[in-house]
Amino acid sequence: MLHRESGVFKTSYAADMALYPLPIARWAVAAVILLFAVVLPLSLHEYYLSIINLSLIAVVGALGLNILVGYTGQISVGHAAFMSVGAYTAANLAVHLHLPFWVTLPAGGLMAAFIGAIVGIPSLRIKGLYLAIATLAGQLIIEWVINHTPAISGGAQASIEVPRPTFMGYEMKTQGQLYFFLLFFAALATLATLNLVRSRIGRAFVAIRDQDIAAEIIGINIFRYKLLSFAISSFYAGVCGVLYTYYFGIANYEAFQIGVSIDYLAMIIIGGLGSVLGSILGAIFVTMLPIAIRLVMEPLGGLFFNAGELSSIIASTRLVLFGCLIIFFLVVEPEGLNRLWRNIRNYFRVWPFSY
Amino acid sequence: MSKSTSWRTAAIAAGAMALAAGSAVAQDKELVFGLQCDRTGATQTVGIFLCPGYHDYISLVNSKGGVEGFKIRVLEIDHEYKVPPAMEAHERFKKEGAILEGVYGTPQIAALTKKLEEDKILGTSPGFGNSASTDGKRYPYIFPLAASYWSQAAAAVTFVKKELGGSLKGKKIAYLFFDNPAGKDPIAILEDLSKSEGFELKTFAVPSPGVEMGAQVLDITGRYKPDFVIAHLFGRSPSVSIKEFKGKGYPLSKVISLVWGASEADIKAAGGYEVAEGYHTLQFAGVGGDFQVIKDINAMYQAQGKPAPKEQETSVFYNRGLMIAALHVEAVRNAIKAKGGAKPTSEDVKNGMEAIKGFTLGGMVPPMEVTREDHEGGGWVQVWTVKGGKLVKDGEWFQAYRDVIKKHLAATN
Repeated sequence: MLHRESGVFKTSYAADMALYPLPIARWAVAAVILLFAVVLPLSLHEYYLSIINLSLIAVVGALGLNILVGYTGQISVGHAAFMSVGAYTAANLAVHLHLPFWVTLPAGGLMAAFIGAIVGIPSLRIKGLYLAIATLAGQLIIEWVINHTPAISGGAQASIEVPRPTFMGYEMKTQGQLYFFLLFFAALATLATLNLVRSRIGRAFVAIRDQDIAAEIIGINIFRYKLLSFAISSFYAGVCGVLYTYYFGIANYEAFQIGVSIDYLAMIIIGGLGSVLGSILGAIFVTMLPIAIRLVMEPLGGLFFNAGELSSIIASTRLVLFGCLIIFFLVVEPEGLNRLWRNIRNYFRVWPFSY
Repeated sequence: MSKSTSWRTAAIAAGAMALAAGSAVAQDKELVFGLQCDRTGATQTVGIFLCPGYHDYISLVNSKGGVEGFKIRVLEIDHEYKVPPAMEAHERFKKEGAILEGVYGTPQIAALTKKLEEDKILGTSPGFGNSASTDGKRYPYIFPLAASYWSQAAAAVTFVKKELGGSLKGKKIAYLFFDNPAGKDPIAILEDLSKSEGFELKTFAVPSPGVEMGAQVLDITGRYKPDFVIAHLFGRSPSVSIKEFKGKGYPLSKVISLVWGASEADIKAAGGYEVAEGYHTLQFAGVGGDFQVIKDINAMYQAQGKPAPKEQETSVFYNRGLMIAALHVEAVRNAIKAKGGAKPTSEDVKNGMEAIKGFTLGGMVPPMEVTREDHEGGGWVQVWTVKGGKLVKDGEWFQAYRDVIKKHLAATN
């Protein structure tokens, strides 16, 4: 196969640390970049770009949650609340101070990181399901505070309309224009995560996940790194919330309720805990699968039922099918889509001489 | 032939006929309506009745030759009350060439407000959404088409005033509401009216998901002892409130619910009509099966050899589906007429919507008048009361305190 490792020698530390040590991997990455930056936006209808846009936003959020849950082993069901913190921070800055997105976006992320670190404090004493309940409390408290503080939420409707993002006088409002806006940040988040997890910080996270007492003994400051993990994860969540805000043109906490936190947990569990590719695959899977099921069922069901009956049938069977497919994929590979992909890749790596 | 095979044959034949019919109708004689639904999410108790009503009305129009010669194709997307799928649904509708969209859900209409305006496609938000969106100047492409929460609250106060003998001076009114933006929306109006009408207002919030409100109801019935209760609850919580009031011995004839706690399904879930005897409900569409349009739909089903749809049992939501569909069709009819029979664009449909006047569908739709400024059509409601095992009409369509509503609209926009 093309994916040949023999003959690739590493003669320096830099080469050993490279993100893509194999030439084929570098070519593949170049092809993916070309696909996303040129081919897709030129060839796809706006509708399909809108689906990709939703996936791109979800990718940022899923990456953040995976840093916390997958890499550091701290369960959080308050991810959506951190998104709303980012969303309202950015919206208030954009509306009251007329700041552009390249200021509001990091500001939203930083504010979410700050709040996230506070919500993460219980993680120093409690673990596992107990921590899940503590973060659940964080989710509900943040929701309540936003709902009841007009200074944050902007009034009884708790929604703040924000202007479209502009860059050097160029306003991004169609799905095609927003695609590049979102793609940039999704790519940046992916790259940042890839580098984070192989840095000192990332390795400390993994050590804490695997055995926190052992990690402490080898000199990792648990206090610092657990809170850092919450902060970094919440930063991603905040950015994700800001992206939602600019994408919809409105910050509204009802879009960031507890169900959304569960959705994001589902993404990283289906995709694969503790993997960057898994976060991406999981985000795409959870966002696109319901749409794909409907697009397949519409023409098929149209042969047998009229429009009214079909709508009711699709709505209910789609949920069943979605659930069944999740169970199927998790039974086939409990470690998620990322592991599934690695199995396929490893099979073809030595194919056809598998012995 | 066994029963199941005959059913299957019939289904395939019907499908083939539908296909043949579909190809026979030229593309330019077809109009696409987008409809967002929630049949499986947090508010499925509404969607499973409302959406079939919408489809039935459109089928009825199509079976009679369509609207001014155009057949209507409804594209329904179930968003499970989640926000991102609402954007996907909108883009899908746009791709299929939809000339209008029936949006469903307050967070969903909020998320689509900007996009609908940019794409110049009108979206309807009957009975929910931001009350300020009734202002057609600020939100040109959002059409609430039914009484907003502000209008509902004002109407409820008017009803309470009538029930309490024409004066609210010194009376006590409790406002029991779901603690979300939709629930808090009417408070501004109620507070304003409490000053001008001289009644005392106290608010009682029910936190999400609203299935536990023993403490609030006890507080109302045991401590505050109001002369009347205005309830504004959603989903499964209205039935809980009825049960709680009954359990605490508070007369339900002193409770009026805004439009989303007002269906037969809520009453049944609370334990039936005997439990809810006296409960007042606000409605923005007619209730019950005693309308010509429902008879027509049942006749259409009968002609196809099918029983009348079982969703009609919850006529409150089913009829709202009919009403929304009817207003959509009426707007399109106005648009086609204004264009002399040509296929309307979404902009034409917007103008058609703003020309709706005197369309009552045999009493099911209020005598609303939609204008360029007023996308609510006047904020008309009816009160229906539980009496002797069914909902009974308590007076005709009315609107209330329009000057107060207008003042608030001017203040926010």
